[in-house]
Formats: sequence, C-alpha cells, structure tokens
Amino acid sequence: MDKPVNNRAWFLVMPVLALVAFSALLPLMTVVNYSLQDTFGGNQFFWAGLEWFEDVVHSDRIRAALGRQVLFSASILAIEIPLGIFIALNMPKKGVWASFCLVVMALPLLIPWNVVGTIWQVFGRVDIGLLGYTLTKLGISYNYVNDPIAAWITIIVMDVWHWTSLVALLCYAGLQSIPDAYYQAAKIDQASRWKVFRYIELPKMQGVLLIAVLLRFMDSFMIYTEPFVLTGGGPGNATTFLSIDLVKMAVGQFDLGPAAAFSLIYFLVILVISFVFYTLMTKEGEAL
Amino acid sequence: MAAVAESKGRGAALVMVLYLLFLMLPIYWLLNMSLKTNREILGVFSLWPQNPTLDNYRTILTDPSWYMGYVNSLTYVVLNTAISIAVALPAAYAFSRYRFLGDKHLFFWLLTNRMAPAAVFALPFFQLYSSIGLFDTHIAVALAHCLFNVPLAVWILEGFMSGVPREIDETAYVDGYSFPRFFVRIFMPLIASGIGVAAFFCFMFSWVELLLSRTLTSVDAKPIAATMTRTVSASGLDWGVLAAAGILTIIPGALVIWFVRNYIAKGFALGRV
Repeated sequence: MDKPVNNRAWFLVMPVLALVAFSALLPLMTVVNYSLQDTFGGNQFFWAGLEWFEDVVHSDRIRAALGRQVLFSASILAIEIPLGIFIALNMPKKGVWASFCLVVMALPLLIPWNVVGTIWQVFGRVDIGLLGYTLTKLGISYNYVNDPIAAWITIIVMDVWHWTSLVALLCYAGLQSIPDAYYQAAKIDQASRWKVFRYIELPKMQGVLLIAVLLRFMDSFMIYTEPFVLTGGGPGNATTFLSIDLVKMAVGQFDLGPAAAFSLIYFLVILVISFVFYTLMTKEGEAL
Repeated sequence: MAAVAESKGRGAALVMVLYLLFLMLPIYWLLNMSLKTNREILGVFSLWPQNPTLDNYRTILTDPSWYMGYVNSLTYVVLNTAISIAVALPAAYAFSRYRFLGDKHLFFWLLTNRMAPAAVFALPFFQLYSSIGLFDTHIAVALAHCLFNVPLAVWILEGFMSGVPREIDETAYVDGYSFPRFFVRIFMPLIASGIGVAAFFCFMFSWVELLLSRTLTSVDAKPIAATMTRTVSASGLDWGVLAAAGILTIIPGALVIWFVRNYIAKGFALGRV
C-alpha cells in the first residue's frame, strides 16, 4: 500500500504540532535550561556546565533508585507476561461468558491509579483489610507499612492485579486471529498441547507480545502514583522508584539543577526504548 | 472448532473463575467498606456489611469540598477529550493517507510523548502554567494531559482510518466533494466507532492520571484524585468515605466498558492490534 506524496498534508498536522510543541517542547527546553545552570534564588542563574549531570550519575541515592526500578520492572515482567499468556489461553472464545470475562478483566485497567493504590492500601491493612487480616490470622507476619519485603510483595501483587489483564487481552486479540484450520491440521497430526502452543499459538502472538512487553516495561519504568499512595516510597526508601525520587527532588526540595539533569537522562532512556518500540511496531505493520 | 472446544474444558473455566475472583476481591472489599460506618469498619471484622448504610455516599454527594472534586475532574477530562479528538482527527487522516516531508519522524516524536514520564514534566508544567496565569484552572490540566492523549488519539484514529479503503476518498472527490465536506459528511461517519474508542481512551487516561493534575491545581480545579490523597494523609482517617469516593471514581469506566470491550486491547496498544 503506497501512499501518495503530498506535502500539503502538513496543514492537517499543524494543530497537533502546535499543541504538542506547546505542551512538550517548551517545558522540555526549560528542563534543559535548568540542567545547565545554577541558581541562588532571585532569578539569577549561573552557568554550571555538566556539573549536575556528573552529580546525578554519581549519586548513590539515584543509583539505588535505579536499581530498585530495574528490579521492579524485571519482576513484574517475569510474572505478568507468562501469567497473561496463560490467562489468554484459557479465555473462552466467544459467547456471553467471553464478553463477561473481557469486561471484568478490563475493570482494573480503568480505575484511577491513585484509587488502585487506595484499594490495596485498604485491602492489605492488618486491622481492617481482608488480605492483611487473613494472613495475620493464618499466623503469617505481614505488615507492608514497616516491613520492606512485605511492601515489595504488596506492590508487585498490586501491579500484577492492575496490569496482567492488559497482557492477557493483547494475547487474546492475537489468538483470535488464528484460523480454526490450523487447529484442525494440528489435530490430524495428533500434535500435543505443548506443540500446538509452541508452533501455532506462540508465533501468532509474537507481534502482540512484543507490544505487551514494551508497554509494560515503559509504564512500569515510570510508575509513580500507585506506590506513592500505597507506601509513599517507604518504609525508609525501600520502594522509592525513579519517578518518586524525581518528584521529591523537583517539587519537594526544589533542587532544580539536579532534578532537571535527572529528568533529561530519564527522558533519554525512555527515548531510546521508544525508538526500539517504534521500529518493531512499524515493521510488524509492514509485514501484515 | 472441535479441537479448541475439547482443549478448553473444565480446567480453563476454573482458571478463569479463579483469575476473575482475584480481580474482583479487592474491589469487593472497597465496596463492602463503603457501605459500613467507621465504627463497624474498625470494630467488627465482617465479610459483608452488618447494617448497610449509604451515609458515606451521602457525605460525598452533599459536601462541596468532595463533590466539586468530581466536577473539576469531569470538567478537565471532557475539555481534554474534546481538544485531543479535534486536533487528532485531521492529523490522523494526514498520516493514514499521505506521505509528506518528515512524516515518520513526526509520528515517532508523537509516540515519545505518550511514553514520557509525567514526573519529568511536573515541574516545568507548573512553571509554564504559573507564568501564563493558568495555574489552578481546568484548561491547564486539559492542555497538560494533551501531552499523552493527543499522540494516543492520533495513533488510534490512524489505525481505524487505515482500515477504510482509499477508493472512498477518491470517489468523493470525483463527485465534487470539498475536503471539509467530505471529511465531516462521509469520512467521519465511517470511522465513528474509531472516534468513539479514541474518545473513550482519552477520557480514561485523563481520568486516571494524578501526578500532573495534582501538580497543576490547588483549590479551584482540584481533581477528585487529589481530594482523596489529602484525606488519606489527614490524621483522622475516614475509611468509609474514602472507600465510597474510590467506588465513585470506578463508575465512569464501569458504565461504558461494555461498549468498548472488543477494542480495549486495541486502545491500550495505541491502535496497533
């Protein structure tokens, strides 16, 4: 499908361009500005060069936050991707029951992120939460407020609860595109369940799985609201991820220079990942 | 079909039931709490409310400092959805129908905005909107949310538009339709479901976002999400009201979910499934 070249199409894109330039480019330039300067208040700025960038790269606190961030993203991917595939394989193909499953599964995806945090904050409390209360009654010591391990487990379970359905729904969409003839052929060949999965279903899900992995990676990499509401980054700094740390620095302490340098590095990381995402997604589109 | 039906027997149904239970349990618990009084929440541990009461909901719906949160949220969310769809429609048409100088780069640049961490933009947004006197207004939050919603709308609409054969455009032009008239009269009805899906996702992503909307508001445009966090940090925790407020924020999504159930994967994957 080749499209005609027409540079007047730019007129159609202008409104988007103007709007996004206003809401993305302008603020981003402010960030670049701050990242290279120092201020002692009173709107006086001094050239600081790459000082802030060096600070950020060498900061133990930010490195620790990055470590926690990577660990978190890796853990939720390791759980959500296989679980999502498993759920998708077990979903009914059609009928009212299928629609019902779709609707219930989508529900967590549409809940405001701070309410997700609130739901789990309440659910996990030892005194009034179903989860915390039950675990305590069973004799398991669990308190996400002052035990770092419990806090981590709660945040991971919360994320699995919140986002596994996205992976499952994407895989389900991929599975739906497999013609029945494939399954019939496999049945004639007496292929085992595993072989059907390995040689028919998995290859067909490749495209959507890629999208799922990248979306989950990026969104988990910038997670803010849910852990902020649930644990506030605590106990101590145990669940302070990159975004929480950044907001603390920028809005809480008003450390403009370091926060801006931090932002730019953060943004560059995201940019590189976006590029991989874009390349893979558009290649996928051309193959179809 | 037979092979599929056989492989999906009772085991599959059991897996699904367990998974759906896992999803519903925390929501049920919130609903359960929202129907109890604070004394009952803290005093007796019970799986369902002993004396169901709607007092918590009454508190929210009669106290302006609570219900104005919903009004504020809805105001900027609707504004944002309208702006996003209005600017995204022509752009998506351009991307789906023509090649032009820098089109691929522009499309990619839009995507990076959808993927940008909101935390990076919190402080610059605060300064930008303060300096132009829009701090604590609905339009500021609506514009800020365009950062991720405009790219989302462009990508989703482009996906739907590419499914409409180009012959339709060409026939309309031959028949003497001007571009605006063709677009509004013929093309938009054809992609009506796409517009609906894009609008739904703009609505949703603006509704669930907290970081930017909280940073850009203080009193007059304070979203319900921020009203809730304030209550959590206050010393006297009103669990029942908090739970009721949470349940009320789930309702908009729950109401329309049925209509978009077949497009949910598409929307979250930016129109690429």
